[in-house]
Amino acid sequence: MSVHTEAVEHIGGPTTMTFAKVWIALLVMTGVEVLLAYEQVPTMIMLTALLGLSIIKAALIIAYFMHLKFERLSLFLTLFPMLIFCVILMLIFLGDAVRIPAMRPPA
Amino acid sequence: MSSQVSSAAATSLWEGGRSPYATNSKKFGMWLFIISDSLTFSALLFAYTYSRVSNPNWPTPFHFSPSIIFSTVMTFCLLSSSLTMVMAVHSMNHGNRKAAGAWILATMGGGAAFVVLHLNEWLNLINNEHVTPFENPWGVPLFGGTFFALTGLHMTHVVIGLIYLAIVCQAVLRGKFKAEDVEVSGLYWHFVDLVWMFIFPLVYLMSARIH
Repeated sequence: MSVHTEAVEHIGGPTTMTFAKVWIALLVMTGVEVLLAYEQVPTMIMLTALLGLSIIKAALIIAYFMHLKFERLSLFLTLFPMLIFCVILMLIFLGDAVRIPAMRPPA
Repeated sequence: MSSQVSSAAATSLWEGGRSPYATNSKKFGMWLFIISDSLTFSALLFAYTYSRVSNPNWPTPFHFSPSIIFSTVMTFCLLSSSLTMVMAVHSMNHGNRKAAGAWILATMGGGAAFVVLHLNEWLNLINNEHVTPFENPWGVPLFGGTFFALTGLHMTHVVIGLIYLAIVCQAVLRGKFKAEDVEVSGLYWHFVDLVWMFIFPLVYLMSARIH
């Protein structure tokens, strides 16, 4: 591996137009979310749709606004798999939350 | 043999003077902070979700007008301030300090509008719906507790972001700080925006009362 490969790579960075497009996409997705709430879609469908849209929005912000798409892959691999794993681990408590209403003594 | 070993050691990644992420240490430090802060917000969002799932009579106090309209405008303010922050970083990368300063001021304007609208929304909830962190008319005190903890921590982040941006802005306009410093403050600001992208649908839209 030569020293030259360590040079900072800033080739093909995003343009102002790209940022504007991402901003418009984020606004449209927010509009869809508000529309879903206004139409009172069934809870589980709504939750799935809102979470899906939120994750897409977060990915767009991280990739373009936070510039991660244009950083080294090693930075992404150092930071995100661990974060996603820890967040998924938190799901372990939700089973208890579902059981609690049935376990309450009658009032 | 020994000369081969020493030449291998000389080109080793562990020799020092290399940057495996090809990024500066300030930026990497901010990324590490953002990841740890993400876990704090994730834990609070899970606490909110846990409380909600375990209380079948969870209240839905957010009327379309004013709560949902207000929170939608707040989302617009934050998203737009992220765009202006990106433009500030872009201007600074091109050496245009004056434009960068103006874009940072615009970003602060979006953030300040968010805080004012959010406080207004809080006051509406406290005065009209009688929700406090400890009690509410529906007998589910955890609603107020988790709601104010989550949105309060987020608002604290916005306020800290405003102070941070004010410091960066005055330094940029006085010819101090480099492009990377503006970029690092931008990372923080985008993170604050990103967290709201989860709080807005999960807290507001999921508890909307339309009719």
